[in-house]
Amino acid sequence: MSSELMIEMKNVHKWFGELHVLNDINLEINKGEKIVICGPSGSGKSTLIRCINRLEEHQRGNIIVEGTELTNDSRSIERIRGEVGMVFQQFNLFPHLSILDNCSLAPIWVRKLPKAEAKEKAMEYLKRVQIDDQAHKYPAQLSGGQQQRAAIARALCMEPRIMLFDEPTSALDPEMIKEVLDVMVGLAQGGMTMIVVTHEMGFAKEVADSIIFMDEGQIVEAKNPKDFFDNPESERTKTFLSQIL
Amino acid sequence: MSLANKEIGPPVIELGVMGWLRKNLFSNWYNSLLTIFGVYLLYILIPPLVNWIFLDANFVGSTRDDCTNEGACWIFIRQNIKLIFYGLYPTEELWRINFVYLILFISGVYLLIPELKYKGWVGAFLLIIFPIICVIMLSGGLGLEAVETRLWGGLFLTLVIAGVGIVLSLPIGVMLALGRRSKLPVVSILCTIFIEIWRGVPLITVLFMASNMFPLFMPEGVNFDKLIRALIGVMFFSAAYLAEVVRGGLQAMPKGQYEASQAVGLTYWRMMTLVILPQSLKMVIPAIIGSFIAIFKDTTLVLVIGLFDFLGIIQFVGTNPDWLGFSHEGYVFAAAVFWVFCYAMSWYSQRLEKKLDTGR
Repeated sequence: MSSELMIEMKNVHKWFGELHVLNDINLEINKGEKIVICGPSGSGKSTLIRCINRLEEHQRGNIIVEGTELTNDSRSIERIRGEVGMVFQQFNLFPHLSILDNCSLAPIWVRKLPKAEAKEKAMEYLKRVQIDDQAHKYPAQLSGGQQQRAAIARALCMEPRIMLFDEPTSALDPEMIKEVLDVMVGLAQGGMTMIVVTHEMGFAKEVADSIIFMDEGQIVEAKNPKDFFDNPESERTKTFLSQIL
Repeated sequence: MSLANKEIGPPVIELGVMGWLRKNLFSNWYNSLLTIFGVYLLYILIPPLVNWIFLDANFVGSTRDDCTNEGACWIFIRQNIKLIFYGLYPTEELWRINFVYLILFISGVYLLIPELKYKGWVGAFLLIIFPIICVIMLSGGLGLEAVETRLWGGLFLTLVIAGVGIVLSLPIGVMLALGRRSKLPVVSILCTIFIEIWRGVPLITVLFMASNMFPLFMPEGVNFDKLIRALIGVMFFSAAYLAEVVRGGLQAMPKGQYEASQAVGLTYWRMMTLVILPQSLKMVIPAIIGSFIAIFKDTTLVLVIGLFDFLGIIQFVGTNPDWLGFSHEGYVFAAAVFWVFCYAMSWYSQRLEKKLDTGR
């Protein structure tokens, strides 16, 4: 195992008005590690990963992604967004563009790839998530599971070194959850560094190197899956696990 | 089960002309009553109108004495057609206007045919090179005799004002809308003030200001063309309205679209031009076209600053002693022409909406 440090969060705090949504978060994630974050709603887990690519701004502490510290400098934000891909709960595909154009848009305009090359690469990733036959359709013509896989392909087309997943299966019908999780498992086996906010404990058991339990803006517990499920220390973790398992 | 169901057709009464009539016009007693009343209304209105406009109307001749006065006297329009379409533009120079119309017509038809390629280039030509051609052709230069704008008039002037107003106000409106939503307070406040001032003033006031008060603030000797001043007024007025329409579209965009664009690394301008504006402008096409139609019709107000637009010139020729008493014909003709242009815009907007629809 290499232990190249990919993401470092030091004493990170964030408030929404009076509400202390992130309270002294300390986290180190190495290359190739898969982290699953769970916790009750409003615990700050989504906010935490959204701070990593600056969709939310942290107010105190340091976030360093691949050696670049996140500051208000737009160049640091751009550099980090180029390295970090994100998948959203609501897919957030661009409805006015075909699936193929959704995937090739950023490579063309951000990475400055020639059009043909970007589309070729997009097709490659669409094949990997097994929807290359849908490439010329529009998002509204696809099922939820297909849309989410397209969204994963869109993120991968930027060839990120880190992937963030914000409850990727929560908006899906039950029979479509597996097809998305399969893609994510495949990605994990390929060595991608991943941070996944999810309640899919089966997925967590299978791929996570470490599971983080958050409550009220704090990291309550962070352990490998076996210890997390077998010997949770805190009462809050135990209550949470008893509710979702 | 399913096979058996297939063999049973729908009830016969639901099908065909009778079925349609029954379902839509005579479904119950008050619907039947309304249908009969509607048909009666059409019966008493349509025949006299058709008689007046077509059957009893006079089309041939050259003076008012050729009109029988039983129906409309379209000779009045025919005899003044040059004035109505071109104003006082010199007769020997009219080909310049017609040439511009021809270019516009050909490029327009080209853009409407879906099978043709290189639409982007034709569009760019229309937006960048064509305006230059217009200025040179219409006002003179490069060896062409100068034609002062006070000679411009009629439908030609209406199209110039509406065209310039519409084409320039959209980009300005979009910029104002983006500015008003900007995170930079100075930009946002300036755009808001600009929009609210223009929207708070009637167009007629704007035109008066542009024509009468604006020159007072200019240094001695600086003299803007009256038409240009009116154009600027119409343009900003329309832009302020469009800005609010566009802002409505921007606000209807889900936050996720902004976040997804940022997450893949698009910068602000790329995000706006590639993701947000294409979607939000599409959403507000009906309202944008509504603004365009309003501006097209509002151009008739330029009469108050002494420019003779289409309607103005029709009223003017109606006061010619040779043609007194034909204002009905003039107004009906004006209404018909305005309707054709406005409906064309409306038709185009529906077509565009259908073409751009990708579902949601």
